[in-house]
Amino acid sequence: MLNIIDKRFRLFAISGVVILIGIISLVTFGLKYGIEFSSGSMMTVSFEQEVDQGDLKQELASLGYANAIVQHTGAGDFFIRTHELTGGDKAALEDALAAKFGHLTETEFYSVSPMIARETAKNAGIAVAIAAIGILLYITWAFHRMPKPFHYGTCAIIALIHDTLVALGVFSILGAMLNWQINLMFITGILAVIGYSVNNTVVVFDRIRENLTLGVSPDFEVTVNNSLVETLSRSLNTSLTTLLVVLALLLFVGASIQNFAVVLLIGIIAGTFSSIGIAPSLLVVWEKGEWGRFVRWLPLPAVKGR
Amino acid sequence: MIRKNTPVLIIILALFAFAISALIFPLFGREAMRLGLDLQGGIHMVYRADLSAVEPGEEAGVMEGVIAVIGNRINPLGVTEPVIQKQGQDRILVELPGLSITDKEKERLSRVALLEFGEEVADDEEAKWENELGRWKPATAVIDGEERALTSRYFRENTYVDRDNLGRILLIFEWDEEGGRLSEEVTSRLIDKPLGIFEGGESLRGEDDRPIAPVVRAVITDRGQIEGLSLNEATGLSQQLNAGRLPVSLEILYDQTVSPILGADFVDRSVKAGVIGIILVMLFMIIYYRLPGVLASLALIFYGSLVLAIFKLIPVTLTLAGLGGFVLSIGMAVDANVLIFERMKEEFRTGRALGAAIETGFNRAWTAIRDSNITTFIVCAILYWLGSSIVASAPVMGFALTLFIGVAVSMFTAIVVTRTLLRLFVGTRPARRARLFSPYLGRK
Repeated sequence: MLNIIDKRFRLFAISGVVILIGIISLVTFGLKYGIEFSSGSMMTVSFEQEVDQGDLKQELASLGYANAIVQHTGAGDFFIRTHELTGGDKAALEDALAAKFGHLTETEFYSVSPMIARETAKNAGIAVAIAAIGILLYITWAFHRMPKPFHYGTCAIIALIHDTLVALGVFSILGAMLNWQINLMFITGILAVIGYSVNNTVVVFDRIRENLTLGVSPDFEVTVNNSLVETLSRSLNTSLTTLLVVLALLLFVGASIQNFAVVLLIGIIAGTFSSIGIAPSLLVVWEKGEWGRFVRWLPLPAVKGR
Repeated sequence: MIRKNTPVLIIILALFAFAISALIFPLFGREAMRLGLDLQGGIHMVYRADLSAVEPGEEAGVMEGVIAVIGNRINPLGVTEPVIQKQGQDRILVELPGLSITDKEKERLSRVALLEFGEEVADDEEAKWENELGRWKPATAVIDGEERALTSRYFRENTYVDRDNLGRILLIFEWDEEGGRLSEEVTSRLIDKPLGIFEGGESLRGEDDRPIAPVVRAVITDRGQIEGLSLNEATGLSQQLNAGRLPVSLEILYDQTVSPILGADFVDRSVKAGVIGIILVMLFMIIYYRLPGVLASLALIFYGSLVLAIFKLIPVTLTLAGLGGFVLSIGMAVDANVLIFERMKEEFRTGRALGAAIETGFNRAWTAIRDSNITTFIVCAILYWLGSSIVASAPVMGFALTLFIGVAVSMFTAIVVTRTLLRLFVGTRPARRARLFSPYLGRK
């Protein structure tokens, strides 16, 4: 039988590396916030003629929008983000761009004032906090029947933090490289993913509980591994069908929903990985008191002797 | 249990027929899906009224006035379902779905629309306005012992646009009784001097971009005209003046404007994503689970139609994010089936017959299905609250609502519909061919 638990420290290492890269990027580049959270204006314009992104950026800089973020989203289509524009500023900007690059149509304009941005950021923060509490309560309830509810709950929460860190890390890198932003849809996506990932973990843990009750094996490690393998095809299949539809969204709907689709994509992959490779393995580590192995490679004499 | 299968099947088929007809025909007066702003284009704006100068206790009345004026200005635009709503103390939400509007027209919605008349100041006097023609102060006169400024506040609401015999555009207005007396005083004092016209702190400019400042030739007591405006400007201005003046100035807090062309494109692309997503999921289910996969696919078609029918009948306002939630729920909808089929396979392996495997598979999987959907419901509820508490509400609420409906319906379709369809095979010949249920089982 496939032995996943046996390779637990290799799986931890994979996650560790991904998260470490993410954290380095978060510390170095931070995150880029969308205008819902940081205020400003953005517009999608469509030029009839071919326009070079560099030229457009240069022209914006010469018009006093040196900080403008420009993204090329299609043939003559560009996405431009600036500080908050008033009606007059916007008309002047569009006239200037039309004079330089030829006729343009504005397909979308979006402007958020600092007051609204503050409110949105505050409420999104509250929502994330309530979601965290709600999920904690749910986990406490779901695991109260388990033999060591605290162990199961903690491992599920570590898996959840793992998924969030991976998504944040990837978005920090995407933000630094491609100016991808943390917007409302990102928050929505990440909450959906967290709910989804906890589900997967719960299903695996549920099977562990069932097998413990049945007394499948006296060895906890074997019981966990059996449960994992038994639920493996379910975990993978469910993730796969969800990934299929997310990919369809990403490929066919495109730029407007891309942040959302990508956070779902990353979250589902990370969530599947953590519910298979991280959460159950951590249970085994805890049960066997192997925490020392995480720091064994450090030059610490006290733990090295283990 | 199994004896009850036929009535359940009939109910399911009836429900399916109902869903399909709800989608095709305008049932209960629902002609079409209600699309959000981002899908049909239009405007979503939030204004903040500056109530700092309003007497305490009169804010509510002032806000009603503002809403009435904005309503008057929106009427001629011909929007089918405009929303103009007060939010909180000093905010006004304006939603104009499906509207394509120029920046100029948009700006006009929130302009105070007060024309002020000015006279040139002497060198030592303080000026309110300045332009290339000189420095200006409000033109005032004393009537009834009170000094009043001459403004469009005294216009009758019958301003109109005309042309003179040279084809020039005229904006023609009529003074009300008080305005007539004021105008008489002001114009008799300013004979042969220019009268500047200002709006919102700026000079009113003509088609040639020069400030409009006609020289007073005669005393005006009842009506006047403003020359030199472009046709558009004059038409817009006359509409605004007739719709009434905003009692306070408005600041734009939030503005989302989507062109209807872009919106239509999104609908096409989302439908494509949904259809391709469903086909991929069905292919996967059929390849992996064989006969049960086919039945799960049928259940998925039923699921899709039922959810869309619910969206149409409630009606749920569909946004891009909402469609995303729906497409996502298609992927998640089969989760319950996957859980059940995996359980069924295990039951098969222990040598049970189809009927027993179905029943145990469904019963054992039920707790996992229930538990695994709870977190999604929690998250949906929180997201819905988040959406209702912020201005940029549509995407978050849309997603929460469609995902919630999707997951709830999927529990029903996966459990009731798939089980009913599977039961049809109990005791038939295909039921004894294990390979129809899993490519691996038959080889054992």
